[in-house]
Order: sequence, then structure tokens, then C-alpha cells
Amino acid sequence: MNAPILSTTRRGMLALCVGAGTGLVLGFRVLEAAGKDAAPSAANAEFNPFVRIDGAGKVTVIVKHLDKGQGVATGLATLVAEELNARPDQIVVEFAPSDSRYKNLLFGMQGTGGSTSMANSFDQYREAGAAARQMLTEAAAAAWKVPAAEVKIEAGELRHASGKRAGLGEFAEAASKLPVPSTITLKKPEDWIYIGKSFPRVDVKTKSEGSVNLFAMDLHMDGMLVAVTARPPKWGATLRGFDAAAAKASPGVAGVIEIPQGVAVLAASTWQAIKGRELLKLDWDETGAETRSSDAMFAEYRALAEKPGISVRNTGNGAKGIEGAAKIVEATYEFPYLAHAPMEPINITILYDGASAQFWTGSQFQTVDHGVAAQALGLPPEKITIHTMWAGGSFGRRAIYDAHYFAEAAAIAKAWGKPQPIKLVYTREDDIKGGYYRPAFLHKARVGLDADGNILGWEHRIVGQSILKGTPFEAMAVKNGIDDTSVEGVSNMTYANAGMQVDLHTTDVKVPVLWWRSVGHTHTAYVMETMIDELAAAAGIDPVEYRLRLMKDDPRKVAVLKLAADKAGWSTPAPEGRFRGVALHHSFGSTVAEVAEVSVKDGKITVEKVVCAVDCGVAVNPDNIAAQMEGGIGYGLGAILHDAITLKDGAVEQANFDGYPSLRITGMPVIEVHVVPSTEKPSGVGEPGVPPIGPAVANAVFKATGKRVRDLPFTKHGLV
Amino acid sequence: MIELNINGTARGVDADPATPLLWALRDTLKMTGTKFGCGIAQCGACTVLVDGMAVRSCQQPIEGLVGSEITTIEGAKGPVAEALHAAWVEHQVPQCGYCQSGQLMSAVALLSDTPKPTDADIDAAMQGNICRCATYVRIRAAIHTAAGKLGAA
Ligand code: FES
Ligand code: FES
Repeated sequence: MNAPILSTTRRGMLALCVGAGTGLVLGFRVLEAAGKDAAPSAANAEFNPFVRIDGAGKVTVIVKHLDKGQGVATGLATLVAEELNARPDQIVVEFAPSDSRYKNLLFGMQGTGGSTSMANSFDQYREAGAAARQMLTEAAAAAWKVPAAEVKIEAGELRHASGKRAGLGEFAEAASKLPVPSTITLKKPEDWIYIGKSFPRVDVKTKSEGSVNLFAMDLHMDGMLVAVTARPPKWGATLRGFDAAAAKASPGVAGVIEIPQGVAVLAASTWQAIKGRELLKLDWDETGAETRSSDAMFAEYRALAEKPGISVRNTGNGAKGIEGAAKIVEATYEFPYLAHAPMEPINITILYDGASAQFWTGSQFQTVDHGVAAQALGLPPEKITIHTMWAGGSFGRRAIYDAHYFAEAAAIAKAWGKPQPIKLVYTREDDIKGGYYRPAFLHKARVGLDADGNILGWEHRIVGQSILKGTPFEAMAVKNGIDDTSVEGVSNMTYANAGMQVDLHTTDVKVPVLWWRSVGHTHTAYVMETMIDELAAAAGIDPVEYRLRLMKDDPRKVAVLKLAADKAGWSTPAPEGRFRGVALHHSFGSTVAEVAEVSVKDGKITVEKVVCAVDCGVAVNPDNIAAQMEGGIGYGLGAILHDAITLKDGAVEQANFDGYPSLRITGMPVIEVHVVPSTEKPSGVGEPGVPPIGPAVANAVFKATGKRVRDLPFTKHGLV
Repeated sequence: MIELNINGTARGVDADPATPLLWALRDTLKMTGTKFGCGIAQCGACTVLVDGMAVRSCQQPIEGLVGSEITTIEGAKGPVAEALHAAWVEHQVPQCGYCQSGQLMSAVALLSDTPKPTDADIDAAMQGNICRCATYVRIRAAIHTAAGKLGAA
């Protein structure tokens, strides 16, 4: 494992090196001259960038990731509480500022995504808690005049066998001034009291009582204005002119300003801003705009799929084996654009006084957001402050490589020119029509089998837009013209085969695209897992049996599939009127298998039940893992059944939840989640539940109806 | 100035009579427990009770609500609301939490009317409330738990 190196700007250099065994060597050098903060106070003694303890014994865990519902605040709090033996009621959380001390150790910048939060923080936050524990026991030992090794923290209290006891707060200040221990000892897994035991979520109580002041959308400040922006109706259109007279005369409207992103209406309240915007007369120049319709675009994609693209993988015999195959299975798949539609629409509040700026929002890529904000305002980075708020969902939408809404808020504040807080709000229509979609994709696959069902050759062509081309992440993530997010899940296919050839056409469309919960796996898993189902059918082999045979060298995957199949009763017939389908997919370090049970009535399908098994390494919080699987299944299911963003002459046809429906409670299956016990390092849970649900349902629908659904959503086929 | 009865208190609202209750609550009265999700009565994030009925406040101009009793999440008190809060915590229902005010208000209306709801009753009462985090399995379980506690009390 890589040694996590943390450079700190406020308190000097903190270098963590993983030593042998459970002991960790930690060197903490406070650079006196390096703009050190005020000394830790009794009020809230700072042990390290992640842990503060106040005089009353309240432990504040500083959370470096955005919590948008996935539970990372609870997860990181669990790690610190574990090492401190603190009680859940002693723990509070606070989001970290945007600061290099808080970078994601797997990204090299501060940001949340790719289901990496727990994976990159697992050692770091345990070490932070353990360091605080050791400093506290040392301080108590000095005061009690006993050996430090004899002082323990139990149930959130310092204790010694002599009967001496103290709250964590009593020695917090003294302890925080001690040198950071040079050797940090983590608890052994057999001594864990919280990890693996579903620590209660830190945010559930307030979220059950109205979430007052949690979300950026709910912020109010004195003198605040609300802004909504009229943006181009088609990508690439530009503003030729506008008439704001009626808008300006509308009640509550404070001003109308032109910005590079469009025309912003500022008003005293959200409703007045929305009403004012309706009165704008806008003249757009569509000369350079995207004007294709979805049908025309897919026709182009289909034509491209007839020609070879850039080679992504050519292993074994490539596609050669297909020619002599006993059976050939061939299929083309089409996937539409998808909007994320987080429940809290995008919004951001800015307070800019000409010399510095503060932002309040559910910031997900703080480093990018910070840089874009500084650039847009022409300010040095240290003049920018980002207050990360709890976010009402994201699903990828807030992890934004161009920080476009920071740039837009900055443009508005700069043009407005008065030091007034401004809340830029997206309406749901702005959100659904606003782009940054899961890209539309086309896959064409051709597979040859021998008489026993073995794969002799697999030819696979993928056509679609790159998420990262043209972004600051391009150099890092696009190699030889191949954006891995376009091909992940196909290029690393692990079912045994004698040859595989994969190639890619990256298309040029003006619609901005983005990662959407599980990124490339949203479409690649659908293709691979329905193809495997078709191959199993062609070979006349049970689909679970077939998969087990083709991945027998991968015991972790085998265990996941067997667990799901077993719990779903795969070896026994489905209940009367129900049909089962299975899928398995590996993404973000985790493997998930799902068995879907569907029924059909009057040609319409109902997904009745899903049995899910997951291997995500150490299960830090089993209940939260279950919640993420349930949520991932519901999120993916809604999309594959109902959702598509389509273009008509370049303009998006959907606007709100009427045209872009969400799964509702009526469509939610019964879900069972089973976690494979593991001692491996924790891996992702936010995304990996999504990829298998589409193919599992599609495979069940095939059993029920004999129909293979290869272009989404299912509504296109009258099945829902 | 329009006078509304909100959570048992008379509140003067200085806003255009056509303003939807949602925005009067959120922006004029700064009661932000009631959330904005769609603005077109599709998502239920803005659900409040008007004379005990669950309604979408984004579609209710304040001029039509004079004389009605309005209850928002901030004023959801009493045995039904408390049983639901407790069940929401017990089942760890919320993920992002943004939809949950609306979910709870719909659930309060349901249990006030139908103390022992079936799954079909729950579906009917809750289908106007979208949860993009798909916490529906737990919402259903929590409503049953709350109903059980209320029935036993
Ligand atoms: S905001 Fe009222 S129903 Fe969505
Ligand atoms: S909990 Fe996130 S939308 Fe319901």
C-alpha cells in the first residue's frame, strides 16, 4: 500500500508512513514560522487536522468528504470513535475547509467520488483517532502519575485500575499540546467495537426533523438576493440580444445582468426571480449550436459502429475465434443520455466584496471549485473560502470538472458589484435541461462459442462521448485517445475467453457529459451481463452455472454470486408467476450480484424483489452498506425503466419529473442485502449497487417474455 | 399582507397573493424545513398539511389559504409525528435527507387517517413523494413500525 503523505499548510508537515505490523510511524513537525494558527484552545483542542476535543469531551471529527447521503460523515466518525473508544453521543462532525490537508489520498486533490471515500480514509482517520487516544492517555498518565500504558479509554472515559476516571475533555488541552506520538498503534480488528457494527448515522435525527440549516438551498442571509439564469436553449447558442424591461419591472426584481453563461435575474426572493426570468425577451444566435436530434445522432453512431475504432484491447485470438464458432451471438445496444436529478437542485451562495469571496454549497471537488472560483474572480486562492454544506444528493452531478456553477456565481457577483450575498438557484427545469448527463452510448458485440459454451472470440465496439476529453482531467485519464470511463467494465472483462477485441469511437457532440452514479459501468455492465445471459442460453447452461464456470479463478466473485443465488433460492423454481434474472458486476473495488424477480401483467412488468450480495472488503457499517445497495438498486431501476434525455433539433425535450420520471415507492421492489464477510481493505459501496440491476431485470424479463431489451429505457418497449 | 395560520400561530405574510405557499414559507418566513424539489406538484418535497390533508405547497397560492390550518415539518408535533420521527431514526431512513420533510408530512397525513395502513395504503399515500436516494424500503418499514407503536399505545 502507498504511504499516505499529508502535507499541512496550517500546522506544518504531517508525514505518515505505514510501518511493519500494526505499528505506524508518524512524524509531526510543527513549523513555527509557517503561519501556525493560534495555539489549540481549551474550548476546542486540535489534535490533528481531523480531530478536535473540547473541554466538555465533545469530539469533533472533521470530515474531508462531501456527504450527499452516502453516509461518509458517519463512516469517518466511526473510524475516529473506534480508535478513541468514544461513545456515539460524544461525536459531532464538521465539514473540512477546502485545504490541501484534506485531499483524497487516491485523487491527489480534495474531492469525493469514485466510491473512494472509505477506501482512502480508512487508515488515515483511524490513525488520527489513535494518535488522539495515545496523547490523551499520556496526558492523563502524567497527571495521575501512573505509567501511560495503564491508562485506557473505555466508553468515552479515561480510566485507570486505581479507580481514577476522567472525561475526554479534562485532559484534552494538555494532550493536544503533547508531541504527536512517533509510533501509532491501531486497534486490532478483533477489538473493534464499532467497525462492522452499524454505528448510528450522525445526521438521521436532524434529517427526520426538517433538516433545518443543513442544505445550501436553505440559506438565508441579511440582504441576500436570489439569482436564476436564462441559459441558451441549445448547446453552443450565443446571446444576440435581450430585452429586460418587463423583467426589471416585475415585483422584487433587483436587477438583470448579462454574464457569459446567459442572462441572470436577481430578486429579493426565489419566486420573484423565477417570475422575472419568465418575462425576459431573449434572442439567441444558433449558428454554432448543436442542432441534431437523438434519432439522427444514433443513426450516426450506428454507422460508426460498422467501422473499426481505436483499439482498446486485443488479447488472445482477438475476434478470430468467432469464424469457426459453433454458435454466434450478436447484439447492438443503445443507451440514452441520463440526468442525475439530485433531489436538491444545484445552488450556490456567494458573498464577494471585491477582495475576497466566500461560497456555500455542497462542494464535491473542493480543489477544482476553489481554483475555478479564484480564476473567475481574479483573486489569489487564499482569498477564497468554501463552506461545504450537506448536499441533497449528487449521484455525480456535483463532482464537476469545470466547476461551472462556481464560475457562474462568480460571474454574477462580479457583474453585480455590490457586496451582497447572492444565492444562485437552479430550478428543476434548469437541472433537467442543464446537461452534464451520462453520455449516450452504443455498443455492438459479437461473440462466438464452441459446442460446450466456451468463448472462442469476442468482438466489441463502443461508440459515445468521452466524459474527460477536453477537461482538466484529460491528461490524467485519457490514454492514447481512450477514456477509460467509456470502456470500463468491458475492457477489463474477466470471464474466461480465448480472445477479445474491443475498440472505441469517441464522438463529438456539444452536449456536456459527466459521470453518473457508477459512470461507464451504467452501460457496460448492462451489455456484458445480458450478453453472458444470452451466451448461457445459447449454450443451454443455467446462467449462474455458466458464470461460475467462466470465472472459477476468481474466488471472491464466485462467493458473491453463490451467496446471491443461494439467498434468492436460485436452485428452486421461482414462485408462481414470477421470473428470475441474475447479474454480477465488479466496480470501484467491489463485486455485487443481484437476482431480480419480476412478474408480468397485461404485458407490463413489475420488479417484485431483488436479492443482493456484496463484497466490499471490511464492512465498516453494514446497515449503511445495505442502504447504499437499496438506494443504488432504486436509482438504477428508475433509470432503466423510465428515463431518457432526448434531443429535438438540439434542444432537450424533457423539463421536470413529469417528462423525466423518477422511481416512486410504487415501483420499489422488496430488497434483501447480504454482505460477504471479509477482512480485505474496504472498497466502494455508493456506486457498485447500480450496475447489476439493469441486466438482472432485463434477464428476468427475457425469461418472462422471451424479449431481449437492448435499447433503453424499458418504456420504449411498452413494458412499463 | 396576507394572514395565515401556520403551526397554530397567526403569521402575516408580506408577499404577492399569488405567491405559492412554498416560497412564502421558505423565503418570506424563512421556514426552510419545507423543501423545493420541482415546483410542479411532481415530487412532494414541499408537502405540508392544510386542514389535515397533505398538499403540495408549491401549487397553493397563499391567497387561497386564508382561514386554513397549515402545518409544516417545523410544527409536526403530537403522537403521530413523534412515532414517525422515532421510526425514521430506528430504521435509519434518510440518506441525503432532502425529501424527508415531505415524506414525513405525507406519512403524518396517512397515519392520522389510516392508523393501520396496508402496503397498498402506503403506496397510495406516498406515491407523490419522490426520493432520489430511493429510501422507499425503509420508509415503508418505518411507517409500519410507527403504526404498530401507535396501535399499542
Ligand atoms: S416542489 Fe412541490 S411537489 Fe415538488
Ligand atoms: S433521502 Fe435523498 S431524496 Fe430522499
